[in-house]
Formats: sequence, structure tokens, C-alpha cells
Amino acid sequence: MHVPDGFLDAPTSVATGVVAAAAVGVALRRARTELDDRTAPMAGLVAAFVFAAQMINFPVGAGTSGHLLGGALAAVLVGPWTGLLCVSVVLVVQALFMADGGITALGTNVVLIGVVTALAGYVVFRALQAVLPRRLGTVAPTAAVAAFVSVPAAAAVFSLLFAIGGTAPVDAGKVLTAMLGWHVLIGIGEAVVTGLVVGAVVAVRPDLVRGARPLVAARELEIRTVAA
Amino acid sequence: MGAAHGHRLHHHGHSAVHRAPAHVKILVLVGFVLLVVATPRDWYAVFAAYAAVVVGTVLVARVPLGWVLRRMVVEVPFLVFAALVPFVAEGPRTEVLGLTVSEPGLVAAWGLAVKGTLGVMASLTLAATTEPTDVLVGLRRLRMPPLLVEIMSFMLRYLDVVTADLGRTLTAMRSRGCEPRSPRHWPALARSLGALFIRSYERGERVHLAMLSRGYTGTLPTATGGDGHR
Repeated sequence: MHVPDGFLDAPTSVATGVVAAAAVGVALRRARTELDDRTAPMAGLVAAFVFAAQMINFPVGAGTSGHLLGGALAAVLVGPWTGLLCVSVVLVVQALFMADGGITALGTNVVLIGVVTALAGYVVFRALQAVLPRRLGTVAPTAAVAAFVSVPAAAAVFSLLFAIGGTAPVDAGKVLTAMLGWHVLIGIGEAVVTGLVVGAVVAVRPDLVRGARPLVAARELEIRTVAA
Repeated sequence: MGAAHGHRLHHHGHSAVHRAPAHVKILVLVGFVLLVVATPRDWYAVFAAYAAVVVGTVLVARVPLGWVLRRMVVEVPFLVFAALVPFVAEGPRTEVLGLTVSEPGLVAAWGLAVKGTLGVMASLTLAATTEPTDVLVGLRRLRMPPLLVEIMSFMLRYLDVVTADLGRTLTAMRSRGCEPRSPRHWPALARSLGALFIRSYERGERVHLAMLSRGYTGTLPTATGGDGHR
């Protein structure tokens, strides 16, 4: 869920805005190394894809629905910095054109949904890749675990922000437990969908999955002879 | 969480609000909402004044109020959350309609709901009165990094293409007895999303090649001739 206006107090919103601007600034520079002069059209199209993927709502229970956050998915598919940029652009568009997520909470949303999910997801993804066998088959499950971790990670950071600048007198510990419990559930959905999507792309075009690129490059051309 | 994202939020018009430069409107919006967020929540009269300002702007812009209200459904999940706050908040209890709720929680819920609602209404007013391309020009004038504005412009330009692509896929799934929302059919949905990613990525590559063939060198010429927009 996107944080609306007035959920965190003004100083906290401004502070997260500064953090978000710094993170996006770094990402802009690093994305150029991931995509060179293709950055604008490629990141734009991937952002449109992330937006489309977020449109599909899943029933979570109790009459509410959740949707994919897509930070970890984008990080695995196009790299962490481009992924961060794409999700951030989606959030800016949603706040400016759809009033989804507050305009003063934009920094908070970019930090939570863009920076934390993309970076936490990518760190977990890389760490797992380092210890798992180097096979293409491991990419999708690894991405799923990364996606699973990324959602409660964002929830934990939100609870921290709420403890600092929350505007409702709810006990911080209570918020943390509720947020974590709820987002572990959402994380499972995020993990399943992310894993399946990455698996589907790896099966068809492994060269497009940035997280799989080292494995694709290491693959040797195999020439088999068919028995006549 | 919650409501679907609508895309066509612009309401065509020629009022003073429509004609105002986009960067001014963005600055006013951010300043106004920051002011709303920073206002202590028990200054009830001030919030009435804020509401009057927003509604007044909507009326001056000649955007039908119902049009704005219908698009405010994005905040419904949040209002549900705000309604829960009095029940989980700390502090002395009080009786409202036979329910025992936290008194500071009740005030907090009011604050959340009124600030969130004013923010949504103000943002919708900007969206309703400003063409997306003008918003981009405004953001560029406000010194948003050019690369970020370019990414946004490509996203907005191809948003309808990509979402329509997804829409056709979902229609095809449904016509084959597959319900994309149901976890039972997630594997099929994921393959569709995977295909959508590949299609979007390859479309990005084709767009880039088309740009190169038209002399793209890494920076976009501004369609409106730099800062001399209108």
C-alpha cells in the first residue's frame, strides 16, 4: 500500500524525500552503466511494464486485495539501479497523475517501495547466487526468495519511520508486529509471482534477465549429433 | 493495495487553473499539501479553510465535483485503515456509539483521514487540469534530472500500449476459462507477465533503434523547444 499524505509528519516526509532524491541520483548514474544510452527508452518501457504488473490485484483475504510491488522483480530482471529507477518513476507517475500515494509522501514511498525492495531484494539475490550451484534453474527460486525478503524489509523500514514520525498514537512494537505479520503474507504472494515470472522469462529469453547474465555468459555452446 | 489505477485522469478544459504554468501548479500543490500535513490536527477551522480552497480551485477549474469524487476511490483502503486506528491506539478510552475506543486514536484517525483526503483531492486537481506532457515540462523546469524526465515521458507514452497489451492477454485468459486473479492460475498469469516483460523490453530496444536511426545521441531534443513552452 502506498503511504498517503499526513501519515508521517512533515519533517520525516522531507527527510525521506532527501534520502529518496539521493538514492535516485545515484541510481541515475549507475543505470547508465547498466543500460548506456538505451536508458531512457528501456527504463521507460520497463517502468510501464511494472505499472501494468501492479494493476493486477490479488485477493489477500478479509475483503482487501494486494498487488505486486515489483521492486525485487525489476531488480532481478533489469539490474538493481535500473529497477530502482523504474519503480521510482512508477511511483512518481502514480502520485502525480493518479493521486495514489501522497505527494508529500512521495519520498517515503520511493524509499520504501523503490529503494528498499529493489536493493534488499538484489542483495539477497546475489548472496544466494554466490552460494548456490551456478545453474539457470536456480535463478527463479532465488528471485522468489529475494522477493519474499524484500516485502517484510520494506514493512520493517516503514515501522521504523512510523516510530520516528508517525502521526497516530499506536505502540511502535504493535505496528512492527502487525506490519511484519501482514507483509510476510503479502511477501509469499510476491515471491510466488516473482519466481514464476522470472522463471517464465528465463525459460524463453535468459539473456534478458540481468540476474542470469553471468550464467548465460558461462554457458558453452553444445553441439549434439542426432543418431541417423 | 485496493482500487485499480485509472490512466485518463486529465479533464480537458480552458479555465485559469488549466492555463496556469505546470511548474507553478506543482510547486503550489507540494507547498499546499506540506502545509496541510504540518497543520496540527485539532485546528478544525483551518482544515475547513483548506477544504474550501481545494473545492474552490476545482470549481474555478470547472471540473465537475462528481468527477473528482469518483476518482477518490484510490484512498478507500487508507480510510479503512484510519477507521481502525481508534481501536488499536493507546490512551484513555471513550464511548462512541456504544463502542469503546481510544480518545487520542479518534483524533489521530480524524487527522489521517482529513489530511489524506485533502492530499488526494489536491493531487487530483493537478492531474485533472494539467496534460501529462505539460507536467513533464514543469518537472524539467523544476530541475528534475533530464534523464528521469525522459524515462517518465517514455513510460507515459507507452503506458497505454503496454496496459492494453496486458488487457488483451487477460481477456484471452478469461475467454479460456482462466481467472488471472485466482492463485490457482498464477502460473499461467506469470507466463503472461513474463511474455509482457519480453514484449516491453523488446519494444524498448526497437524504440531505441528507431531513435538512433533518427539521430539520437543520448539526449532528447525537447519537443517544446526548451524553456520557451507557451
